[in-house]
Amino acid sequence: MTIIGLIQGLYIIAGVMFILSLAGLSKPATARAGNTIGIAGMGLALAATVWYSLYESAELPDRQPVWLTALLIVAVLGIGLAVGAPIARKVEMTQMPELIAAFHSFVGMAAVLVGINSYLAESGGDTVHTVEVALGVLIGAYTFTGSVVAFLKLSAKMKSAPLVLPGRNLINISAFAAFLALMIWLVVLGDGSHTLGVVLVAVMAVIGFGLGWHMVAAIGGGDMPVVVSMLNSYSGWAAAAAGFMLGNNLLIITGALVGSSGAILSYIMCRAMNRSFISVILGGFGSDDGAPAAGADGPMGEYTEISADAAADALMSAKSVVITPGYGMAVAKAQYPVAELTQRLRARGIKVRFGVHPVAGRLPGHMNVLLAEARVPYDIVLEMDEINDDFADTDVVLVIGANDTVNPAANDDPSSPIAGMPVLEVWHAQHVIVFKRSMATGYAGVQNPLFFKENTDMLFGDAKTQVEAIVAALPALQKV
Amino acid sequence: MTSVSSVQSPESVETAPPMTLGIPAETKKGESLVAASPKTVGQLVALGYDVVVQRGAGLKATFSDADYAAAGAKVADAKAAWAADIVTAVNAPGAAQLTKMRKGSVLISMMSAPSSPDYIADLAKRGITGMALDAVPRISRAQSMDVLSTMSNVAGYRSVIEAAENYGGMFTGQMTAAGKTPPANVFVIGAGVAGLSALGTAASLGAEVRAFDVRPEVGEQIESMGATFVQAEAAQQEVSTDGYAKALSEEQEKLTAVMYAEESAKADVVITTALVRGKAVRTISAEMVAGMKPGSVIVDLAAIGGGNCELTVPGERIVTDNGVIIVGYTDLTSRMPKHTSQLFGTNIVNVMKLLTPGKDGQAVLNFEDEVVRGVTVAHAGEVMWPPPPVNVSAAAGAPVADVPVIDPVEKARLAAEAAAKKSTRRLVGSAVAAALVVLAVAFSPFTFVSYFTIFALAVVVGYYVISGVSHALHTPLMAQTNAISGIILVGALMQLGSTNVAVLVMSFIAASIASINIFGGFLVSYRMLGMFQKEA
Repeated sequence: MTIIGLIQGLYIIAGVMFILSLAGLSKPATARAGNTIGIAGMGLALAATVWYSLYESAELPDRQPVWLTALLIVAVLGIGLAVGAPIARKVEMTQMPELIAAFHSFVGMAAVLVGINSYLAESGGDTVHTVEVALGVLIGAYTFTGSVVAFLKLSAKMKSAPLVLPGRNLINISAFAAFLALMIWLVVLGDGSHTLGVVLVAVMAVIGFGLGWHMVAAIGGGDMPVVVSMLNSYSGWAAAAAGFMLGNNLLIITGALVGSSGAILSYIMCRAMNRSFISVILGGFGSDDGAPAAGADGPMGEYTEISADAAADALMSAKSVVITPGYGMAVAKAQYPVAELTQRLRARGIKVRFGVHPVAGRLPGHMNVLLAEARVPYDIVLEMDEINDDFADTDVVLVIGANDTVNPAANDDPSSPIAGMPVLEVWHAQHVIVFKRSMATGYAGVQNPLFFKENTDMLFGDAKTQVEAIVAALPALQKV
Repeated sequence: MTSVSSVQSPESVETAPPMTLGIPAETKKGESLVAASPKTVGQLVALGYDVVVQRGAGLKATFSDADYAAAGAKVADAKAAWAADIVTAVNAPGAAQLTKMRKGSVLISMMSAPSSPDYIADLAKRGITGMALDAVPRISRAQSMDVLSTMSNVAGYRSVIEAAENYGGMFTGQMTAAGKTPPANVFVIGAGVAGLSALGTAASLGAEVRAFDVRPEVGEQIESMGATFVQAEAAQQEVSTDGYAKALSEEQEKLTAVMYAEESAKADVVITTALVRGKAVRTISAEMVAGMKPGSVIVDLAAIGGGNCELTVPGERIVTDNGVIIVGYTDLTSRMPKHTSQLFGTNIVNVMKLLTPGKDGQAVLNFEDEVVRGVTVAHAGEVMWPPPPVNVSAAAGAPVADVPVIDPVEKARLAAEAAAKKSTRRLVGSAVAAALVVLAVAFSPFTFVSYFTIFALAVVVGYYVISGVSHALHTPLMAQTNAISGIILVGALMQLGSTNVAVLVMSFIAASIASINIFGGFLVSYRMLGMFQKEA
C-alpha cells in the first residue's frame, strides 16, 4: 500500500459522500443530513489532501520545506473561515442570489489560477494536458466574469437591463474562434517557448474574461435564475477541467456532479419559461425584435382598486387562500408580514397555501427560501403544477410582487412574447388581489390582462406596508 | 323637490338638497320581496340620499321598520314613498301606483322592457324616467347591477329545493345497513346563471347532474360546477357574441329534441331554464313527459315566459297521468325573500353608485355611459327603448370566432409525428456524439481515458441524483454544490508546495478564495436548511 493509493481511496470515499450529500438534498426531510455528509466529505477530502501535500513536500525533491507548506495551508484555511463564516452567518435571504453568484466567481478565478499554475509546472509535450489547461482556463475565466456581472446585476450595482452591442453574436463567435486558434498554437508550440506559452494562456484567460462579461451583461434581470444556475454548472465544469489537468479523480467526480446539477437546474428554469437555453443565453426578452408588440402596451381596460381593509375583509370571508409571491416580495422584504398574515389566517381555520412559479425571484427556489426564513411551513408551499388545478376552488388569491408568472396572455395570446410559458392560473379563482407598486409592466415588458379581469382588484403600494396593513386590519374584524 | 336631469350644471350641485329615494311595499299579489334591505338602505344613505321606506315594506322579507329606521331611513306611508324623486321597486308598479308618482321622477325596477312597449309608452306619457333593471347590458362592468343574474341565481337554487321536495327520494346516494339507494339523476337544460346555480346546488346535494346548453363555450363552466356536460355536437351553436343564447335552426332542433327525450327519460329530476330574451323555448314536449318515469319531477324555471315544458301550467304544480310532477311556480325568488331582497337591494345600490358620481345625493343621467343608456327605457316624455346594441365581445377585445377548429385525431397524429421526428433526431444526435467520444478516447493516452471514464459516469450520476431534487430546495442545493465545487481547493493545495514563486502566489490566492467558498457555501446552506420546517 502506498500513500498515494491510500489517498486516492480516501478521495473516492469523499466523492461518494458528495453524491450522497446531493441525494440527501432532494427532500426537505433529509436535506440537513445531506448537508452534514457534504461537510464530512469535504473534511475528509481536505484532510487527505493536506496529508498528501505535506508528504510531497517532505519526500519529493524541488519542494519547499514541510513547515512552510503547512503554514501556508493553515493560513489559507484560516482566511477561508474568517471571511466565509461571517458572510454566511450575516447574509440576508433576500441577498442569496448575489451571494451565490459571488461564490461562483471565486471558483472561476481559482480555476483560472490553478490552470495557469498547472501549465507553469508541467509545460510541454503533452497535447492532452495542454488542451485541458486551455479549456480549464477558458471556462474558469468565463465563470469568473460572468458571475461578477451577475453579482453586480443582482445587487443592483449595475443596470439589470440587457446590454445589446451591435453584432454581439459575431463578437462571441470570433472570440471563441480566436481561443481555438490560440489553443492550436499552444499545442503546436509544445516545448518551444515557455514564456510565449504562458503569454498564450494568459491571452486565453483574457478572452474568457471578455466572453463571460459580455454574455452575462446581455442577459436581463428576470433571466437570472437561468444564468445563476448556468454559472453554477460552469463552476463545476471548471473544477472538472482542473481535475483533468491535475490528474485528480476527486476533482473530476465533484466537478462533474456540480456541472450536471447546474445544467439540470438551468434546464428546469428554461422549461418553466418555455424558452430554449440558447435563447436565454443569447439575450433577454424584447431584445430579439426590438420593442415588444405595441398593441400589448396600451391600456387593456379598466382596473379596480381595493383597500387593505377591504382585502382583509375578503380574506376573512374566504375558505381557501393562495398566495403567489414573486420577485417583488423579495424586493420589498415582505416575507415576514406575509408569514404573519398566513399564520393569522390559518389560526382562523382558513386554508392558506403558497403557489411558487419555478422562475419566481432571481434564483431557483428563491421564494421557498424566503418563506422558510419567515417560518412558513414548507409543506404549504407548493409548486406550480401542484397548485394550478386548485385555483378554481380558491376564494382569494394574493399576488404579491409577481407579474409575468401570473399572466394569462401566456395561455391566451399566441402573439405575446411570453406565449406558451406555463403560468400560475390565478384567474380561475373567485377573487384575485394583486399587490403592485404601479401599473408598470413586468420584466418581459408585457402588459398583464390579469389586472383588468373583473375578479381582479389592485392593491397599490409597497408590498410590505400593504401586507402589514392587512394584518393590522384583521383583529378588528374579530370583534364584529 | 328637485328633478333628475340629464345635464348637470355645476351650481346646482352645491345648492341642491339631497334627493329623496322611495322604497314602497311591493304591490304585486303574493310578492314577499322588497327593493332594499336595512343594509342596502345604509349604503344608499351613504350615497347622500334621503331614503323613505314605506311602513311594513320589508315585513315579508323579515326586515322590520325599526331596522330600516336604524339604518338611516325615514319610515313613512305609501304616499311619501311613491312621491320620492327616485322610486325603486322589484316589480313594475301598476297604473294605480304610477299615478302617485311625480312627473320628472325616476322609477327603477324590473320592467320586461322587450315585451311591454305599452307600459314604457305609458311611463313616457306620464313624464316618468323609467330605468329597467332587467335591461342591464351584459358587460363585465355592469354585472354588479344585473338583477336578472341575481334573480336567476336564486331561482336556480330554489328550483332544486322545490324539486327535492317533490321528488320522493334522496338526492344523494346512500349506503346504509338497510341497503343502498342510488343518487338522483338531475338533468338541467340551459346553463345560464339559473342553470349553473341549479346544477351546482343539485351537485352539492349529492345528485348525479347532467346539463346541456346550446352554447358550447359554457361546457367548461358546467364541468367546473361538478356536473357532466351533455354533448350534442350538431345541436350546439357557434360561440355567441352577446352572451345570450340564440334560437336554434330547424335541424339543430330535431337533434336536440332526440337528446332531450333520451336524457329526460333517464332523469329523476329535469330542471329547464331555457329563456331566450324573456321568451320560453319549448324543450320538453308532452311526448317526452309521457316517456318519463312516474314520480320524476320537472321544475320549469321558464314558466313565467310560458314554460319550457308543453304541459307546464305557470304558477301551478301539476301531476300528469303517468305520475310526473311538473312544477311551474313563477315566484321562486319570492320564496326566499330575505336573501333575494338583500341581493336585489345591492344591485340597486350599484346602479345608484353609477348614477351618483359625486356621492352627494344627486342622481345624474349620463347617457354617454352605455349602462345608463341601456337601462333607460323612457326619459323626459320620450320612449328610449330599445337602446343601441352593445357588443360584449368587442368590449372585451378578444377575438373569439377565429380559433381554427382542429380535429383531435388529426392533432394527436401531428403530435405523434413530431414526437417521432424528435426522437429520431435525438437518436442520430446521440449516435454521432457517442461516435465522436469513442474516436476521441481511441486517440487519447490511457491515463486520460481512465479520467474520462470517471468523468462520464459522474455526470450521469449527477444527472440522476439532481433530477429528483424538490423544487423548494433549489437554493440550498446551489449553495451546497457551490461549496462542493470549492473542491478545487484540493488542486490549489497541491500546488502550494511549489518552489516557483509565481506558482506559489497564484496557488495561495486560488486556495484562499476556494476555501472562502467552501466555508461560506456549506454554512449558508446549513443555515438555510435549518429554516425549512414542516407544519407542526
